[in-house]
Amino acid sequence: MLGPAKRHGTFELTIDSVSKSYGARRVLRDVAARAVAGQVLVIAGPNGSGKSTLVKVIARLTRPTDGRVLWKLDGRTLPAADARRVVGMVSPDLTFYDELSAIENLRFFAQVRGLSAGPELAKSLLDRFGLGGRGRDLVGAYSSGMKQRLKYAFALMHDPPLLLLDEPTANLDERGVALVYDAIAQAGLSKCIVIATNEPEEVRLGDVIIQLGA
Amino acid sequence: MCARVSRLLEALKWLLGVWMTVVVIAAFFYAPTAQNLGQMSRIIYFHIPAAWVSVLAFAVCTAYSARFLKNRRTQDDAAASFSAELGLLFCVIATVSGSIFAKATWGSYWNWDPRETSIFVLLLIYGAYFALRSSVDDPTRRGSLAAVYGILAFITVPLLVFVAPRIPAVQSLHPDGPILATGGGLDMDGRMMTVFISSLLGFTGLYTWVFSLRLRAWRFIAALSNRQED
Amino acid sequence: MSSSNWAREALAVLAKDVRSEYRARYAFSAVLLFAVTALAVVSFSVSPYSLDADVQAAFLWIVLFFSAMMGLSRSFVREEEARTAMALRLTTAPEAVYMGKLMFNIALQVAVATVVVPLFLVLMDIAPAHPGLLVGVTLLGTLALASSSTIIAAIVSRANAKGAIFAVLAFPVTLPGLSSAIRATIAALRGAAGSGSGPAAGAAGDLRALAAYSVLMITSSLLLFDFVWDD
Repeated sequence: MLGPAKRHGTFELTIDSVSKSYGARRVLRDVAARAVAGQVLVIAGPNGSGKSTLVKVIARLTRPTDGRVLWKLDGRTLPAADARRVVGMVSPDLTFYDELSAIENLRFFAQVRGLSAGPELAKSLLDRFGLGGRGRDLVGAYSSGMKQRLKYAFALMHDPPLLLLDEPTANLDERGVALVYDAIAQAGLSKCIVIATNEPEEVRLGDVIIQLGA
Repeated sequence: MCARVSRLLEALKWLLGVWMTVVVIAAFFYAPTAQNLGQMSRIIYFHIPAAWVSVLAFAVCTAYSARFLKNRRTQDDAAASFSAELGLLFCVIATVSGSIFAKATWGSYWNWDPRETSIFVLLLIYGAYFALRSSVDDPTRRGSLAAVYGILAFITVPLLVFVAPRIPAVQSLHPDGPILATGGGLDMDGRMMTVFISSLLGFTGLYTWVFSLRLRAWRFIAALSNRQED
Repeated sequence: MSSSNWAREALAVLAKDVRSEYRARYAFSAVLLFAVTALAVVSFSVSPYSLDADVQAAFLWIVLFFSAMMGLSRSFVREEEARTAMALRLTTAPEAVYMGKLMFNIALQVAVATVVVPLFLVLMDIAPAHPGLLVGVTLLGTLALASSSTIIAAIVSRANAKGAIFAVLAFPVTLPGLSSAIRATIAALRGAAGSGSGPAAGAAGDLRALAAYSVLMITSSLLLFDFVWDD
């Protein structure tokens, strides 16, 4: 059983002929790709082309209609139930508990993930993403930019080998964008990163690119 | 499907039609009337088999639901819902015929006799199942949620059969109280038994035939739309 | 994944739900208001002395059942409506989610019963023949209600109509528990139902039935929950 702070071995992500339909509506058709730790996989495409859906399939939050997603760590295949240790995700669809403070949110997620980390972890993450001092405020009072930064704290707190970023710089000001690119660069050294984006600067970061859309 | 099998099935279909016609006629003219119930006793050839089929259909629905959860084949979810549709139909038939019988013999349409309560709860379960299905848009999710509910409800049904009869202050009005699903235990004359068992078989055959028709039609349409897509 | 982990995680979910509920207080207030109103209506329109123990017990459990229908879906529905379910799915094992929310529902329903039952006794002017038994039935019956409703609440949260179909789905499944609870309550209110061996004998059977029913419901729910929670 992996503890949260263990260094990742070789993580390998395989997207194998993934298709996804919602009833009669086909959103993804036969998508395939592979990426390993240290690589960045970019999912590009216009709005509505299925980028967010593909990210959810990779996170194994949704089952594909056809095909499969494989996670391998040191050659061992990981089950979907390991998602809470393996995946760190930032997404526009991710929402935190508005009636709890940022620290309470982070502490809750750490507890349910089985992390034994104390309050210092939450504080240091908040500081790193420019939210130091705002930890006790209720998330409902946060601006959308602050919420986006909090999502990074959420995604990185358990040091996951797979980092999924759907629209990484949404709602962020210049400083926020800089913080994010810095975090991506640092994470890119040892993690496998998947970025879903429209921004050309972000598409350029990709070692492997999946182009969606007609 | 090879020609011989389909011809055999065709023949079975016609046999079923003849069988049921004979059963209906026999129910009215061949079978003797029961001692205290008189002509009203003829209802057992229709009411009990209908109730039996409604429970059988529920069991089949649950089985397909479990299969769907395991394999995620849309066909299994479709089959579960078709079985439930038929189950609902037969359940309504059983409830209404039972109610008519109740009015004729005991004087009131509904008494919350334990058997009446059980069939009513089954009716509620079917109703709830379809209410759930119609309130979910995504087909996969609809299948999963309906399947879970179907299985859950099926687990509680035996509890009702054992618990309901113990509701205080209500004596069972049903003659000799056999369990809803089986036909044995009644004190029946040989001819009555013959017609009764035949009717049971006939009703089961009817259910099986309509169910298979429905499933075949669905498969045909599904195959057609798949081909159109590619 | 060892079971001691999930207990801790389930408690974390419970604590989070309690904290959220404490800050907003919707569920508890709405449910309590409903229960008190229903009791008031009954007490107002019917002379308490004209009611038999059978009817009294039935009224009590009708009020408790519909209070449960009002309050017990909130825990799951809120996650879907506030869109926090994704974060929960990304971080928490399904068993922990279910157990945490089950505990929350049990706590909520017990809290409601703690207010409703004494109020009921007062308004209906009842001195129960066996108060200890009444407490036991209330607790076990509440457990039974919560055990059967929680997974249905989860099902309803993933459907469209949310509130409307909760009672429709829950009633058939909850009925065996309700019957046993009502029967035992009658014995607790009235005393021996003429059986001669005292209320303890008959009611003990009902209490056992309630416990067994709750265990059955919780176990089935745990097995089936993944299919409701996952997409």
